[in-house]
Amino acid sequence: MLLFILLWPLLASLVLFAFKPKQAWVIAFIATAVELVASLVLVIGFDKNASATAAIDLPWITSLGVNFALGVDGISLLLVLLTTVLVPFIVLSAAKHSYTPSFYGLVLMMQMALIGVFTAMDGFLFYLFWEIALIPIYFICLIWGGEDRGRITLKFFIYTLAGSLFMLVALIYLYFQTPGAHSFAIQALYEAGRALPPGEQSLVFWGLFIAFAIKMPVFPFHTWQPDTYSVAPSQGTMLLSGIMLKMGLYGVIRWLIPVVPAGVQEWGLTAVILSVIGILYGSCIAIVQKDFKRLIAYSSIAHVGLISAGIFTLSSIGMQGALIQMLSHGILVFGLFYGIDIIETRVKTRNLAGLGGIRNVAPTFSAVFTIIMLGTVALPFTSGFVGEFLLINSVFQYRAILGVVAGLTIILGAVYMLRSFQQAMLGETNTTTAGFADLTGHEKLVLFPIVILVVAIGIYPDPLLSISESAVSNLLLIVQDFSASAK
Amino acid sequence: MNALLVICGLGFVSLLAEIANFKKLLTALVVLALVAAIVLGILDWGTPRAYYHDMVVFDNFSLAFTALLCTITLAWYVMARSYFEHQSHQSDRSALMIFALAGGIIMVSFNNMAMLFLGIEILSISLYVLAGSNKSSLFSNEAAFKYFLMGSFATGFLLMGIALVYGATGSFDITKIYVFVHDHGDTMPRFFHAGLVMILIGLTFKISAVPFHFWAPDVYEGSPTPVTAFMSTMVKTAALGAFVKVFQTCFTPVQPAFLIIVQAIIVLTLVVANVTAVYQVSVKRILAYSSIGHVGYILLALMASDGSALGVLFYYMVAYSAASIAAFTVLQAVELSSGSTGVDSFNGLYYKNPFLAVVMTIAMLSLAGIPPLAGFFGKYLVFAKALEHHYVVLVILGVVTSLIGIYYYFKVIVAMYKKETSGTTPTQYSRVLLVVLTLVILALGLFPDRVIGLLIP
Repeated sequence: MLLFILLWPLLASLVLFAFKPKQAWVIAFIATAVELVASLVLVIGFDKNASATAAIDLPWITSLGVNFALGVDGISLLLVLLTTVLVPFIVLSAAKHSYTPSFYGLVLMMQMALIGVFTAMDGFLFYLFWEIALIPIYFICLIWGGEDRGRITLKFFIYTLAGSLFMLVALIYLYFQTPGAHSFAIQALYEAGRALPPGEQSLVFWGLFIAFAIKMPVFPFHTWQPDTYSVAPSQGTMLLSGIMLKMGLYGVIRWLIPVVPAGVQEWGLTAVILSVIGILYGSCIAIVQKDFKRLIAYSSIAHVGLISAGIFTLSSIGMQGALIQMLSHGILVFGLFYGIDIIETRVKTRNLAGLGGIRNVAPTFSAVFTIIMLGTVALPFTSGFVGEFLLINSVFQYRAILGVVAGLTIILGAVYMLRSFQQAMLGETNTTTAGFADLTGHEKLVLFPIVILVVAIGIYPDPLLSISESAVSNLLLIVQDFSASAK
Repeated sequence: MNALLVICGLGFVSLLAEIANFKKLLTALVVLALVAAIVLGILDWGTPRAYYHDMVVFDNFSLAFTALLCTITLAWYVMARSYFEHQSHQSDRSALMIFALAGGIIMVSFNNMAMLFLGIEILSISLYVLAGSNKSSLFSNEAAFKYFLMGSFATGFLLMGIALVYGATGSFDITKIYVFVHDHGDTMPRFFHAGLVMILIGLTFKISAVPFHFWAPDVYEGSPTPVTAFMSTMVKTAALGAFVKVFQTCFTPVQPAFLIIVQAIIVLTLVVANVTAVYQVSVKRILAYSSIGHVGYILLALMASDGSALGVLFYYMVAYSAASIAAFTVLQAVELSSGSTGVDSFNGLYYKNPFLAVVMTIAMLSLAGIPPLAGFFGKYLVFAKALEHHYVVLVILGVVTSLIGIYYYFKVIVAMYKKETSGTTPTQYSRVLLVVLTLVILALGLFPDRVIGLLIP
């Protein structure tokens, strides 16, 4: 099943090139829907107590100690689910842009790589998928992006690649520490990493952390992000912020904390502080943005900062909150960017100052957008609330003062979201927005399920939380065992 | 050995083609003979044998490189069809190309310094003529002249070095030199070391590593594009094979004597080639500097002197040559349609001919070392090999220069996906060749194990 989920998008993307643009969209949607069903089958058959071991383990490059090892535990499964849920919506949302088949081919390749990242149980394989994920998104932004895309996307590419090279060096270093015939298998790397003295663990920590921090991005590694988000086509931005950013967070959970626990204990506080700075920084800059898409890009820095702070507290509620917030953020940010995409295609501008009064002419759109926005500012009974509550709670228990600062995210978030909502939706209609048409049937088809998901997760998050519960406690057990044995 | 004989015979036959008037058959003949040479090389696999009083030895290393050189030439021949067919002197050019290949095969299979010298000369003299084969172009003449002057200078160094080493050890035979050096390692006379450094300089010139690279960009740019492709793939592979044979066999006992020089060469090559490439506006020159830069990475793997680097070298050369020939094929097609090799002439290629653009993209990504393509594993193996021998600083430098490399390879990619287009659509290229090369790049990336394992004893 797992192998099918990994390879199906690749297969579909190759088949796609044979079709005409109109058909390509339909084929891509069917392929991603099949993928979603397959992943749901995986969820139903999932044993909640499964640990992170390889369900599929084939020899691949034996001379380098690389195996084709895939597996899922609760943490991986949630992210696979996020990927398979979001990609069909992203494909649906692209319908009106009449993209060529190669666009959908790249989206599907991206999906394959993302699922590979979330399920790889071999360090080298993880690195490969991590890099492969960069290529389709780079070309999506390069070919279909906006003004000055050549320069901005190249910066994005080199920036993230530089980060991953640090990771590669750290992985090779760990690889040479494995006993006997060296191996990249996850357990071997875990053991090799934990056996290192604290000083070397710190070095490995930084090698891996920089790669993950750039991908998320955590302050001060974020400078590629706002430009890339605004220049990318809407679907590219959805992929980037909805799913790709979670690669960095997942990397921290799977490939950083269990590998170098001593390094994490040494530098965890630094990471939390950087993340909290990111929260403040992102929120404050978002407040003064005039471009709606850039505003959401900066708000994304703030949200991801809170998630990463929660992870580095190394507490159960922090991890659980982070996981649920990753899902929630993915869904919400998709909704927001789709909303902006709708506005942009109708009135050809994203400038908040030029908008206004959309609620008067498009009440349904405005209502849907309100719910998604309230989710973003973490109103109770929306998906955003569960995650943010757990995360702020965990940071507060970790260091009260940091918790207070992190808590500002809700207040500041409300400031920039409500301000932009007011500017775009409320007030008098002007010449640009007077002819704003309300949602079409197709757009409703995309947005209504999203709204339902936002509310459903907000009211009853338990099923999702229970999927990852035992995986998270296993992970924390590793860290506690390590610090106990160190004493 | 049989492969070498076939190639030499082919050279003479193709010289006769003009006189005996069977030029029409020549293309088929060349292809057939090259395939035959590859097959003969593979048939000899695993049975090392020495010929002519140990002048040449065909062991697995030589056979693998012989087959590789013939394969590269075959692919190149398909690519360069227009260079042969639409212009005059078809048989002369074929013969020169074939003789260059014969020289290359000798360079990877010699067991005697005299044979090394002969191989290099056979290769170089053919190339001097090929570089100037576009007689009406001033640049082509300049390239030939420059190449010849600098080349003969380097050959002088090499010859002097061989003579000095002979004076110290009393033999041209590299196994005998090895034994002598091994036994008298500490008491070798000064002029032996001078000879060693001179051989190093002569060969460094041939593989165009910095600081002996000054001829390369001008010669590469001035020569006809197919000849440039030939020089940066076939010739480079042969020269590196010779370099490895000399410095991984007969001089290993005195490795400390030249290691520091090789390290300096690596640092210079990586930095100078990659930084200079950033400022180039012609794709042909970018590829020229990139081919210099790749030498730096290969030499990095050769810092490991235990022979385990041979597999890495072979893999790297296969990956590099496949991507280079693909890139040159696209470059030639673009040059034929737009008359220029500038980065601008690639503008909007994706919208004019998506097939060419995608192939070029894959070639560039592979050369830049992006996973999961062949070029990535090449670089990965090099870095892992160097880390294994604790050359951490050099590896960090290599990583940084790879990042710089991405910038100039992506200059071409970004140009191809620009919306504004210029010029006509390129049409003259071999689709089959490009598909095959792309598949090779992908397959080597997905299943690197077989090729890496080929030369590991």
